[in-house]
Amino acid sequence: MTTRIEDARARLPVVSEDGTRRPPQFVSLRLRINGRDHCVAAPAHFTLLEVLREILDLTGSKQGCDKGDCGACTVQVDGVPRLACLTLAVAADGRDVRTVEGLADGFDGAHPLQDAFDRYDAAQCGFCTPGILMAAEALLRRAGRPVSRAEVREALAGNLCRCTGYTKILDAVVDASERMFPGENPAAAEG
Amino acid sequence: MPDDPKKTPDVVAPGVDVDLDAPQVRRGQKLDGAPNVVGRSHRKVGAMERMQGLARYTDDLKLPGMLHAKLKRSPHAHARIVGIDASKALAMDGVFAVVTGRDMPEPYGIIPWTKDETALCVEKALFVGDPVAAVAAVDEDTAIAALDAIEVEYEVLEPIFDPEEAIARGDENKINPFAKRGNVTKHVHLEFGDVDAKMAEADLVVEGSYYFEGTTHAAIEPHCALAHYGADGILTVWSATQVTHYLHRELARVLGLPANRIRVIQPPLGGAFGGKSEPFDLEFCVAKLAMITRRPVKLLYTREEVFYSHRGRHPMKMRYRTGFSKDGRILALDARTVLDGGAYSSFGLVTTYYSGQLVCAPYAVESYRFDSTRAYTNKPACGPKRGHGSVQPRFAMEVQLDKAAEALGIDPIELRRRNHMGENCVTVNGFRVGSNGFLECLEAVEKASDWKRKKAELPYGRGVGVAGSTYISGTNYPIYPNEMPQAAVQICLDRSGRARVFSGANDIGQGSDTMLAVLVAEELGLELPDVRVLSADTDLCPVDLGAYSSRVTLMVGNACLQAARRLRRKVQASVARRWEIPPRRVTLAGGEALDLEDPERRISLAEAFAWAEEDHGLLGEVGSYNTPKDRHGDYRGGTIGASPAYSFTAHVAEVEVDPETGIVTVTDIWAAHDCGTCLSRRVVEGQIEGSVYMGFAEAIMEQHRVDPDHGGVHAGPSLLDYRIPTSLDTPAIEAIVVEAPDPNGPYGAKEAGEGPLHPSIPAIANAIYDAVGVRMDEMPFSPPRVLAAIEARRAREAAGELAPWKADRRRGG
Repeated sequence: MTTRIEDARARLPVVSEDGTRRPPQFVSLRLRINGRDHCVAAPAHFTLLEVLREILDLTGSKQGCDKGDCGACTVQVDGVPRLACLTLAVAADGRDVRTVEGLADGFDGAHPLQDAFDRYDAAQCGFCTPGILMAAEALLRRAGRPVSRAEVREALAGNLCRCTGYTKILDAVVDASERMFPGENPAAAEG
Repeated sequence: MPDDPKKTPDVVAPGVDVDLDAPQVRRGQKLDGAPNVVGRSHRKVGAMERMQGLARYTDDLKLPGMLHAKLKRSPHAHARIVGIDASKALAMDGVFAVVTGRDMPEPYGIIPWTKDETALCVEKALFVGDPVAAVAAVDEDTAIAALDAIEVEYEVLEPIFDPEEAIARGDENKINPFAKRGNVTKHVHLEFGDVDAKMAEADLVVEGSYYFEGTTHAAIEPHCALAHYGADGILTVWSATQVTHYLHRELARVLGLPANRIRVIQPPLGGAFGGKSEPFDLEFCVAKLAMITRRPVKLLYTREEVFYSHRGRHPMKMRYRTGFSKDGRILALDARTVLDGGAYSSFGLVTTYYSGQLVCAPYAVESYRFDSTRAYTNKPACGPKRGHGSVQPRFAMEVQLDKAAEALGIDPIELRRRNHMGENCVTVNGFRVGSNGFLECLEAVEKASDWKRKKAELPYGRGVGVAGSTYISGTNYPIYPNEMPQAAVQICLDRSGRARVFSGANDIGQGSDTMLAVLVAEELGLELPDVRVLSADTDLCPVDLGAYSSRVTLMVGNACLQAARRLRRKVQASVARRWEIPPRRVTLAGGEALDLEDPERRISLAEAFAWAEEDHGLLGEVGSYNTPKDRHGDYRGGTIGASPAYSFTAHVAEVEVDPETGIVTVTDIWAAHDCGTCLSRRVVEGQIEGSVYMGFAEAIMEQHRVDPDHGGVHAGPSLLDYRIPTSLDTPAIEAIVVEAPDPNGPYGAKEAGEGPLHPSIPAIANAIYDAVGVRMDEMPFSPPRVLAAIEARRAREAAGELAPWKADRRRGG
C-alpha cells in the first residue's frame, strides 16, 4: 500500500514543456461504499473526495477547503471519521467507506440523527451537515449510550459550522442519542 | 379580526367575481381561533434533502462536456498590466479558451453610482489576488497548469495599505482608475440637532478611539458558478449567489446580452452572510468562456480565493465623543469614522452611511453628528457582512455607554433603560420606528443572566457585560431607484391539494423558503409539506432583489401574504357558494375547509381547491409589496437606513479572563431579540444563535488583514490560519425570542438574522472590563492584546494611579 501512495504522489499529471498533456497514471480501486462494492479506475493522485464526487457522483460529501481544515468532507473509513480531502483514494482501496448517502440505510427513511437535525433545525445552509453527521454517528456508535453535550463538542471539534453557533447541533445529537439508546445510562459528565 | 359586512358579499352568486382585496375576512385558522402553523417549530423546507446528501449545491452540478475554469490572479498589490500573452496556454492540450479584462471591459458595481470594477483587471491590478485572466480547460489540473503558462507583464506600482495615508495621497497615487476623486470612495457628513450646544450642556463627556479589525464571512461553501450557453442563444448561470436578480442585471451589462436571454439560478447555497451579495469575477468568466467555447464551464474558488475575494466587514477607525446628563441621558454624539474600503466600492456607499445612520437607535439620542470617510486601499475590497456597516459603530457606541455608566455610577442596564426611545416615534435623523421590544429584551437578559447578583459578586477575572442594538427589516428604498415592487410572489393551487410558491427570494440557509411555506400554510390551512417553494430562478420566479439587508421576511413575506389571501378568498367563496353560506363562515385549517357554525360540515382542501378551480379556472395569484414612502428624514442620504420596521436586541455576556495569559473565555451569552411576531420558532432561535456566535467569533478571534511587510499578501487565507470558532470554543448561547409585532410586517414579523449579531462584541468588551478592569477598544480581544492591557493596568495600580480592580473580590485576598 505504501508504495502505491508514493507512486501516486510521484505521478501528478503535468503538462510538458511543449504543451502536450501527459495522461495521469490511473489505478484500479476496489472500494466498498455504503455496503456495496465499487470498482473504479481513478487517476492515482485523486483523493477519496475526488473519487466520491467526480467519479461516483456521490456529492453529499462536500469540499469546503480541500486541505483538512473544515471537516465538510468527513466520511467514515472502516467506521472511523476521516477527512476525504486528505485521504488518497488508493489509501482507501479495499476499505469500507461510508458516506452521508448511506447514513439512513437500515432505517425508516432517515437515520435518527438526521431526524433529530430536522426537528431541531440544526442544519441551516446544510453544507457542513453531512460531515457533522458522519462524525456524530461515529461518536454515538462508539458510545452506545446517550451522550453529553461536552462529548459532542469534543467529537465535532474538527467540523466547522458557520451558521448555527453549534447550539442546535448539540441539542440534536444529544436528543438522537437518547432516542437511539433509551434506558441506557447517560454519560456521567454533563457539559 | 371583525368582518366588514359592507365589503364582504354574504353569498357569492355564480359568475360573480370575488373581491380579492376585500378587507380581512378571516385567515385560515383553527376553530378555536389559534393560528394554523405560525409561531410553532417546523421542519425546514428542503432540509432533509440536504442532510441526506442529495441536495445539489452549485459545485455538485455537472453538465455533459463541462469544462473547468481557473483565474490567474495578480501577485502584486498594485501594478499596471503592460501585457498578457496567453499563446503558450492556448497551445496546450486540453485548453479551450483564455479571457482577459479586455474581453469584458464594461465597468460594473452593485451600487449604480459607483461602477468601479471590471470582470477582470483591464488597466491595473489593485490588490494581491485581483484576477487578470481566466482559462477554461478540460479539467481543473490542466486549467491550473495553463495558468502558469499565461505570461503577464506588470509594471509594479507603489501600494498603499493605510486608509488615512491613501486619502492624504489621493492626488499623486490614485488607486482605482474609476475613482471620481482621489482615493475617497465616499464621504458623508450629517448633523442632527445642535451637537455643540448639547455637548456643552453635558455633565459628562466620554471620549474614545476604537478600532474594528476587518473580518470576513467564511461561509463553508466556497463561491462556485456554472454557465451554459445554449444553441438557442440563452445563457444560463447557476451560481452560489444571494442576489440572483442583481447578478442577472450585471451579467447583461457586462456581457452585452439582453437580460431576457439570460437565466440565473441559485441552487441550494452553503452559507453566505453577505459574502455572496454582489456579482463576482467567476460568474462573468464562466459565462464568457461558455459563450466562446460553446461548452458548459464551471469555476469553483479555492478556499484561498474566497479570502481574497472577501467583501467582508470594513475595518473602521472610530473617534467618538458622547455627552451625557448626570442622570445618564445621551445628549449628544459626535462620531468621526474612517473606513478601509479596499480596492473597490462594492456596497461601500451604503456602508459609509450605515456607519453613522444606524448608531443612535435604540436610544433617544438628542443630537448627533457623524463624519465618515471611506478610502480605497490596495487590499481585497470590503463590503457587506451580516449587520452591514452598523456592527462596528455599535461596538463603539455600547462601550461608550458602559464607560458613562461607570463614571456616573449607574447600572449599565439601567442606563440603557433610561435612554429607551419608545415605540411609534421618530429618531433624530428622521427614521420612523414602529414596534419596539427593546425594554423587554433588556429585562429578559437581565433576568436570564442573573445580572444583578453576578455584577455584584463575580470575583476578579470574571465579569458580565451588556449591550443593546437595533437593525433594519429591509432597506426602504431599492439599490437602483425604481418604482416597481420590492418583492413579488406568485402562488398556484391545484386539485391535488397542493400550493406551489414561486419566489425570487434567495434561501441562503436562513430559512426564507420555510418562511414562505409557513405563511401560505397559515392562510390556506395546509400542512407545510403540502407547500412547494420554488425560489431564486429568474426564468421561473418573479423578480426579487435578493437576500440582504434583512429584507426577505418583511418584504417577500408581505408579497406572499397578499397572493395567499387572494387565493384564500377564491377558495372560501367557492366553498361558501356550494354550502350556501356566507364566505366568512368558511375557514381553512388542518387540510380541510370547515363551516365555523357547523364544524361537522367539512371537506378536504383538495376538494375545496377543485371547486375553486371549477369556478375560477387555474388557481393562480400574484402578490407584491412596496415599502411605505414616509419612513425617512428629508435630507440627502435620509433614505439610507430607513426601514419599514426595526428589530431590537439586548445581550449579556459572561467571561472569564486569565490575567496571566490574557486568554478570554466567553462562557455564556444570553441574547434576547425582538423579531416582531415569531413565524417559525426554531428557525428564529437558530438565526439568533448563529448571529451571537458570529459576533463572538469577531470579538475574540477573527482578523481579516493583509501583511504590508510582505507586499500585501493575506495574513492567513485558510480556515486554519483565519481562526473561526469550533464547537469547543463557542460559548453556551441562550436565545430568547421577544415578540413586539409590527404593523408593517407579515403577521407582525420583523427580521431575526442580522440584528442579534451586533451586541455580542460590545457585551464581551464590557464583560472583560468588568472582569479585569481593562478597556478593550481595539479588536479582536486576542490574548496578546488583553494581556498587554492587564499589564498596563497593573503598572498603573503599582504606581498608585489606579485602585486595584475588584480588590475585595480576589481569590485568596
